[in-house]
Amino acid sequence: MKVIKISTQNWSEGIAKLRNEYRLYAPVKKGTGSQIKELKPEENPDLSLKLSRFSPKSVVFPQSQIMFTYSLDENDKDYNLLKEVKVDSTPRVVIGLKPCDASSFGIVKRNYDNPDYQDSYWMDSYNSLTLVGCACDEPAATCFCLSVGGGPYNETGLDLLLITVEDGYLVKVITDKGKNLVKIAGWTEETDFDQFENRQKAAEEKITSEIQTDRLKELEVNDLFNAPIWEEMAFSCLNCGTCTYSCPTCWCFDIQDETRGKSGIRMRNWDSCMYPLFTLEGSGHNPRTEKLQRVRQRFMHKLKYYADKYDSGIQCVGCGRCINLCPVNIDIRVVCEKMNDYQTVNQ
Amino acid sequence: MNPYQPYPVRIEEIVTETADRMLKTFRLVFLKSEDSDSFQHKAGQFAELSIPGKGEIPIGIASSPTEKGFIKFTVNKTGLVTSHLHSMKVGDIIGVRGPLGNWYPWDTLEGGNVVIIGGGFAFSTLRASIVYMLDNRDRFKDIHVIYGARSPELLLYKAELAAWEAAGDIKMHITVDATSDPNWKYNVGFVPTITEEKAPPADPDTYAIVCGPPVMIRFTQPVLDKLGYTHQNIINSLEKRMKCGVGICGRCNIGDKFVCKDGPVFTLAQLNQLPSE
Repeated sequence: MKVIKISTQNWSEGIAKLRNEYRLYAPVKKGTGSQIKELKPEENPDLSLKLSRFSPKSVVFPQSQIMFTYSLDENDKDYNLLKEVKVDSTPRVVIGLKPCDASSFGIVKRNYDNPDYQDSYWMDSYNSLTLVGCACDEPAATCFCLSVGGGPYNETGLDLLLITVEDGYLVKVITDKGKNLVKIAGWTEETDFDQFENRQKAAEEKITSEIQTDRLKELEVNDLFNAPIWEEMAFSCLNCGTCTYSCPTCWCFDIQDETRGKSGIRMRNWDSCMYPLFTLEGSGHNPRTEKLQRVRQRFMHKLKYYADKYDSGIQCVGCGRCINLCPVNIDIRVVCEKMNDYQTVNQ
Repeated sequence: MNPYQPYPVRIEEIVTETADRMLKTFRLVFLKSEDSDSFQHKAGQFAELSIPGKGEIPIGIASSPTEKGFIKFTVNKTGLVTSHLHSMKVGDIIGVRGPLGNWYPWDTLEGGNVVIIGGGFAFSTLRASIVYMLDNRDRFKDIHVIYGARSPELLLYKAELAAWEAAGDIKMHITVDATSDPNWKYNVGFVPTITEEKAPPADPDTYAIVCGPPVMIRFTQPVLDKLGYTHQNIINSLEKRMKCGVGICGRCNIGDKFVCKDGPVFTLAQLNQLPSE
C-alpha cells in the first residue's frame, strides 16, 4: 500500500506550515486526561494521548454558540430585528482524532442535514473541516467500535489516517481534502507499507468488548418501550447528563436569549434528555417527569429510534466515554444487551 | 438559508378573545412583501413567534391560507414569551418563523364529510380549517363543528361562530360546560357528550379532526370508537415543548417521529404505532 512517510522533523515543519492555512485543533493534555481544542501558537498536537475525555463534537457544535444578535434600543435602525451571526468557516483541521470520533460526524450529519432543513451553523462549520485521524493501537477495555461498524483503523469520516511508527508517522490519503492538506504541509515522501493489515489486526485483537445489535430493528418499538427492563436500567441514574455531554453523537440543544443592557444574543446550548426541563411544557404538563422515562428515551433514541429512522445502524460509535464517565456505572453495553435479547411473552 | 432566521412582522391588530383576558388574537403583517410570498401555509401548520430578548414559542396558525395579506395567531398567556407578547401593542415588531410542521390532510379530506371537534384554546388551527373549507365549500360534503369551552365568555372567535351558525353552510354545535345565562341558546354539556349526540355517523368518507386539551381527547376517543370511526379517520394535532421547530434540536420526539416536523398532525392509526408518551 502506498503511504506518505513523515519523519519527526518533517512533522514539526509540516505542522508549522499548516498553521498558516488552517486553524488547528488537536488533543492536548488537560488535568489527568486530554481534550481536543484549538491550539495556541505554542501548543502542539499530542498524538500519544488516550481518547479525549470529551468528544470532538464541540469543534462543529460548540457547547454554547451565538446564533443571532439583536438590539432593544428603539433608536437603533435594526431595533428588535435578529441579525445572523455566521460561523467562522475558514479552513480548520482536527489532527489526531480517533477513528471512532471521526465516524460520529456522519451519524450526526443525518440529523443536521436532512432533506427538508439544513442547519447552516453546523453545516458551515462541518464543511470547513479536514479530519486527520490517528489509528488507535491501544484501545481501552470499554471500546466496542468493532460492534458498531467501526474499528481502530477505520477510515469512515476521515480525510487522512495517520499510523504511528518508530521515527514519525505514515499517512494514508483518503480524500481530496486530505491530499490538499499533505501538499500544504509539504509531506511528499511516498513509500510502500506492507504492515497495514497486520497493524490493524493487532489493534482489533485488543478490543475485547462487544455488543449485539442484530435484533434491535426487528423488535417492535412498543414492545421495547414497554419492556420491563427500564426500572432496573434507570434505578441508579442521577440524571446528571454526563453521558449526553460526553457523547460524540448526542446532538440535542436548547435555544435561549440573553440580554445585557439594550443588546443581546440568541444562542444555542447543549441540552440533555436527562433533564426534566427538556420536555416541560408551558401548561405544566411534562411527558417525561420520571427518570425512567428519560433514561428510556436516551437509550431508545440511540439504539432503536435512530436505527429505525435512518436504517444505518445505531447512534453510537462505541467510544465508551459514557461508560467510563458515568458516576453510577450505567453501561450502554448492558442496556443494549437487554434490549437486543428482549423476548416478548408470545415469542 | 438559515432555518432559525425569523421573518420580521408588525402587529396590526390585537383582539382580546376571552373575558379572562388570557387569550388574544394577533394579526400580523410581513414587513417585506417577499417574506409574505415565501410564507405559504396550509391549515393545521404552526409557526414560531419570536421576540428578541424573550425567545420563541410554537403557535398554531389561526388564519386560513385563503385569507391574504396577514397571518393570525391566538395566544394563551402562559409563560415568558406569551406574557410579553400580551403586553405588546399594535405597531410593535416581532418575528415569525415558519410555516412549520405538516397540516390536516386536505387531499384526503376533500370530497368527504368532516367533523371538527375542538375544545378550549386549541381551536385556532381549527378556525383556520373552517375558514379554509368555507372558502372551498364545494370541495367538501357535510361539515360539522363541535366546539366547547368551560363557559360562554371563554369561547374564541364569538362573532365568527355566530356568523357560521347563522349562515348554515356548516352544522355548528357550540357547547359550554355550564352557564348561568338564561338566554344561552346553544348546547350545555361536555364535548364528548355533545359529540355522541351530534356527530355524523361513521363512514369511510367521514373524518373527525380532534384538537383540544388532553382530558377532552381522552373522553372523546371512546365516543368516536362507539360511533364506529376507524382510527385512520380520526385526526389529531399534538403539542410538545419545542425549540427549533425543524426536527433538529431533539426534544419533541415521540418514538422516531418529531412532533414539530413529522407532525403536529397524526392520524390516530399512526399514533397507535408510536410509544405512548
